[in-house]
Amino acid sequence: MSKKQTETLVGGFVLLGLLAILFLALKAANLASFSFDSTYTLQARFDEIGGLKVQAPVKSAGVTVGRIASITFDNKTFQALVTLQIDQHYQFPTDTSAKILTAGLLGDRYLGLEAGGDDKNLKPGDTIKMVQSAIVLESLISSFLYNKAAESPKDAGAKK
Amino acid sequence: MPGAGAGLPAPKAASPCATIARPRTALCLAPQQTRSPEGFSLSQALVPPSPAAAAGAAGAAAGEQALVSIEGVSFAYDSRPVLTDVSLKFARGKLIAIMGNSGCGKTTLLRLIGGVVTPQSGRVLFSGVHVDTGDLKALYALRRRMGMLFQFGALFTDLSVYDNVAFPLREHTSLDEDMIRDIVLLKLEAVGLRGAAPLRIGEISGGMARRVALARAVALDPEIILYDEPFTGLDPIALGITANLIRRLNDATGATSLIVSHDVTECFQICDYAYLLSSGRVVAHGTPQELQESTDPEVRQFIRGEPDGPVRFHYPSPPIAQELGINP
Amino acid sequence: MTLLAFPGLVGRRCLALLAALGHATLFFVDLLRHLPGALRRPYLCIVQVHAIGNRSLSIIGASGAAVGLVLALQGYMTLSRYGQSDSLGLLVAVALVRELGPVLTALLFAGRAGTSLTAEIGLMKSGEQLAAMEMMAVDPRVRVLAPRFVAGIFCMPVLGAIFSVVGILAAYVIGVLMIGLDPGQFWSQMQDGVDVVKDVGNGVVKTVVFGVAATFIALYIGYESQATPEGVALATTRTVVVSSLVVLFLDFILTALMFTAP
Repeated sequence: MSKKQTETLVGGFVLLGLLAILFLALKAANLASFSFDSTYTLQARFDEIGGLKVQAPVKSAGVTVGRIASITFDNKTFQALVTLQIDQHYQFPTDTSAKILTAGLLGDRYLGLEAGGDDKNLKPGDTIKMVQSAIVLESLISSFLYNKAAESPKDAGAKK
Repeated sequence: MPGAGAGLPAPKAASPCATIARPRTALCLAPQQTRSPEGFSLSQALVPPSPAAAAGAAGAAAGEQALVSIEGVSFAYDSRPVLTDVSLKFARGKLIAIMGNSGCGKTTLLRLIGGVVTPQSGRVLFSGVHVDTGDLKALYALRRRMGMLFQFGALFTDLSVYDNVAFPLREHTSLDEDMIRDIVLLKLEAVGLRGAAPLRIGEISGGMARRVALARAVALDPEIILYDEPFTGLDPIALGITANLIRRLNDATGATSLIVSHDVTECFQICDYAYLLSSGRVVAHGTPQELQESTDPEVRQFIRGEPDGPVRFHYPSPPIAQELGINP
Repeated sequence: MTLLAFPGLVGRRCLALLAALGHATLFFVDLLRHLPGALRRPYLCIVQVHAIGNRSLSIIGASGAAVGLVLALQGYMTLSRYGQSDSLGLLVAVALVRELGPVLTALLFAGRAGTSLTAEIGLMKSGEQLAAMEMMAVDPRVRVLAPRFVAGIFCMPVLGAIFSVVGILAAYVIGVLMIGLDPGQFWSQMQDGVDVVKDVGNGVVKTVVFGVAATFIALYIGYESQATPEGVALATTRTVVVSSLVVLFLDFILTALMFTAP
């Protein structure tokens, strides 16, 4: 096997490997949407975050506009303090509301932002005032049962 | 003996070989830069032996510095002693045979000279320098001045014949490929295998392999060539070729040749001096003539190949009558 | 063998194992020391990359395709029960990139390239080629061992990536082209769920670590093999066994380090 031939084949091998890694990075993973744009920070306090995790997406109108940077527990207000990193390109008005939603029926939690109508925008470091905590299944069921139980005696009373 | 350059294609550049007149050279190597740091000049090795040295014995001739000096060396593998207080001196330019039966320590001697093993006591000197297995750099510098022919060639099976012979040149010199090509072809020419240069190792016979290994061993024109059982397993023609080559190389390059063998006939035909080892000691030494006329029973048994003598035929055992239960 | 001799035997075996481990570690450190020397002779490494990498392409490719096909079929059967068959791409990609790609590639590498390395070094040793090289003042560790080490470490990530990619494509063929899943969902779910740094990156790290382990074990066992035909045969089987066990053990450790939630 001549020197040139060997080197060419090895070059081909290396190229194949690079293409494979590139494919994995772009097509299989999220490198394409990996942006190195600068972000700004916003904060929000929740009574219940459910299963929201760090690095979960922040979406508005279904489009990812940022990520959850950190989740900490505020011992004074006994609330969860969530820090968001929003892409610099997207500005939100000060009366934006933040909701913790579920992707799909049993999917992961993400933060949804619904823009308000104010002409002033949230500045870096601002806190989102209007929040809706995560819906926890147990609370939902217990409130449903409570309502049901509250309903029946009333009905029974009305019928009588 | 063919003269240098006979039948070779015209060299591409003006090869220095053509301008140097050398008497009866089968090999020709122009003195040029090598990588060895101690300034070893390859042309040194091409000086034919002086007439005075050729006439005398190869033992420590008065005033002549020995190339290899083994001083009071004892060596043992684990607890089994192989060599016991052996002292030898090998002068330059001589063809010396070390003979003995199996297990007498001949191959160990080669290993000691090459620095593969360390003696438990005594020391080995090569050209006045202590062969120190601890200092790898110094050891490698010494080894560059030695050539070793292994028993079955030990050629690199993944390279061709040409690449095998070119290996030491490529590793230790900064010569360009044209120069290397000239040298390799000349070396192969000396062993009669120039036409086999493009062949792969798997395609050549055992005898040819040993000749290629010989060409490789002398590629850098070493000061000493060590032969480990070069005559083993060869047919008569290959035997004659090998013995002839070893002698011619020794004369042409002025290198010292050390042959470890138990082939008495071939060795005596070509060597200047011989040592006979038995159980780790030197029992006899002398020119082939002296050894053949020796009256020492050990020497006689070995030289004549007698089945019984100081080395007994029977493995030690109780008398056979006792074993068979016969009462005499 | 008497019962009383048993503890002695076990003790001796343990000591011998410890000695072998120590010797192997020193050998490894020595090999690392000679790496720069090998890197200065790139052609030697390139030849080895060809021998180790190019020659392994066919088995890696075929195995990757087979594993991808099987993952797709099995995955579809399970996912379709919960109506989540659109997540097939995600399932296959995560399984391959994180686990199956690196581990299976390493096992196949040990079996194909590892054994060839062991046999080659063992035969070189038994044919006195390494001794001849030493006598020619060429360090066999720099000339023979280190280039193979470099080549092995380099080839593993490449082969691992190729394995994963072929697997994903094979799953695409089954899932989209044959079963009829939606290609858009196939790729988008995958892209959503597979993280470049955490999944692909960690997968590459795994292949590098496995490459170091498998190549080193193959070289060491070959170098220490007995210089006889039986010795070489024994060495090649030992390479496969030891490499496989070490790779699986390292996989456990790396997965625990990388993929368990902090």
